[in-house]
Amino acid sequence: MSVIADATKGTLGTVGREPVAAPRGARSPIRSHGRFSPWLLCLPAMFFLIVFNVVPAVNTVVLSFSNAKMLSGGTLVGLDNYVRMLQDPQVGTALVNVLIYLVVCLPFLLFLPLALAILVEKKIPAIGFFRTMFYTPVVASAVVVGLIWTWMLDSRGAINGLARSLGFITESIPFLTDRWLLLFSAMSLTIWKGLGYYMVIYLSALGSVSRELHEAAAVDGASAWRRFWTVTVPGVRGTMFLVGMLIVIGALRVFSELYILTNGQGGVGGKNVSPVMLIEMHATGFNGNLGYASALSVMLFFVTLVPLLVMARIQRKAD
Amino acid sequence: MAAVTAPADRKLRRGFSSIRPRELVVRYVLLILVLFLTVGPFVWQLSTSLKGPGDDVYSATPQLIPQDPTFANFVEAATKIPIMQFALNSLLVAVLVVGGNVIGATLAGYALARLPFRGRGIVLGAILATMLLPSEATLVAQYLTVRSMGLSDTLLGVALPGMVGMINILLMRAAFMAVPKELDEAAVVDGANVWQRFWRIGVPNVRGMIAVVSVFAFIAAWDDFLWPLIVLTTPERFTLTVGLQYLSGAFSSNPRIVAAGTMIAFIPIVIFFMVLQKQFFKGVDAGAIKG
Repeated sequence: MSVIADATKGTLGTVGREPVAAPRGARSPIRSHGRFSPWLLCLPAMFFLIVFNVVPAVNTVVLSFSNAKMLSGGTLVGLDNYVRMLQDPQVGTALVNVLIYLVVCLPFLLFLPLALAILVEKKIPAIGFFRTMFYTPVVASAVVVGLIWTWMLDSRGAINGLARSLGFITESIPFLTDRWLLLFSAMSLTIWKGLGYYMVIYLSALGSVSRELHEAAAVDGASAWRRFWTVTVPGVRGTMFLVGMLIVIGALRVFSELYILTNGQGGVGGKNVSPVMLIEMHATGFNGNLGYASALSVMLFFVTLVPLLVMARIQRKAD
Repeated sequence: MAAVTAPADRKLRRGFSSIRPRELVVRYVLLILVLFLTVGPFVWQLSTSLKGPGDDVYSATPQLIPQDPTFANFVEAATKIPIMQFALNSLLVAVLVVGGNVIGATLAGYALARLPFRGRGIVLGAILATMLLPSEATLVAQYLTVRSMGLSDTLLGVALPGMVGMINILLMRAAFMAVPKELDEAAVVDGANVWQRFWRIGVPNVRGMIAVVSVFAFIAAWDDFLWPLIVLTTPERFTLTVGLQYLSGAFSSNPRIVAAGTMIAFIPIVIFFMVLQKQFFKGVDAGAIKG
């Protein structure tokens, strides 16, 4: 630790020592701050930025070309890990899973939280209570939420019990043992937990939607449905864009929901995996293959980068 | 919604007085429906955790009110696994993360907002570039960094990488930038140094954002699962989330105990949020939280 810390300090010290701040200070009538102070204030943050972000990022790329294991250093092996990745059927399965995840979750999480935000926007009595309660699933950890839903979706759990006692079904629905039902169960969990989160983001944005425009439309006889599409949606378009990006990246990085619902096993035949789950599977345990896990990490980086670039392009066109 | 123009009525119109009774009823019906959806599962879990041996938890007709209520499941969860130790571990990690973020992000946020210096652009650029990296993508190398510091399987190792969040630096920077520049300039004329200006003018004006950063950092640390799962191997050092996963594996045949364990993890964070929700939603209404 000390080596890295000293190295970090050294770099910052050198930059700070450059005599660039001096002429500026001399030019202004009153010297507002010394040339070291800004760097001193940034020092803790820069230490964490370099040690826990920049170094690991570079290291991940290096590791992905090596055969490093949990207990041995490993040597460089060229593209071996990437070749293995192309031939690994689980990687393809994981990518298909998160793509379906993304396509299903996006419309739900784009519009339901907006509707919810409109519902809780007006300050009617007890609205604070409802807002707080709607946000509760966000505050709860994904593990807690996952275990609650594991119990509710159990073959002998509340949902199957309720459906059976109401006469909808005679056999339990295999929410947690069927390959596709399991994926959809995880999605419903993500959507359920995301409602409050995105509701709050929309709520924050709704304040800036013109009230006058809304009322003018109402006076002109536009229905609530029409006003939603012609006034509210265009008014929060920028926020919607941000929310969409968060949903897409969140779906591509899904982990806890699938991990808890499958008890860490990836479901029937290991089919219910995501890229992050594969990283976790290959990076842990005494047999952990860090080289391969790193190659998967590099893939994850590019997978999440694509939607960011696409979105940035769309937005530039829209502007 | 009649068109009212007098300024006094304008204020009133923002309240619920402008809503017709029928709309009000529809709103409450919808609110209660959503309430069932969002809170129902938690209530059901609480109910399961309180059910005694006299209750059939697998009953074909689910019963919400326990017929044989008991706290025995909580006692059993606490004796079978060191769940109180897990809670303490989670608390320690959360406190470290909150402390690190408040100190690190406030200091850097001030420098980046208020002290022009050569290299500021580079620092800001580095922070933004880092935010493009999904944290999961650097997990493996981050684990090796922590291990090389001799901190694998320790709580400090769990806390360390999250101790200065880049997003928090940007939030604090935005808060400091909103403080009027004139205050700073007056203090400079009076001969106040950087530290005095930071402490007497900067910090008192960004208390709200410090609270927001603390709340988010605490919740994120308390709820984190993947990172502690990778760092920790000794059961006594597990945080609550990892411990719960362990509990559910060991007691998959007894949903009452798993339910009690989830409630032990859930109740403290909910109380924490309830206490601070007024400030939180005040910030939301003011447009402070934009994702």
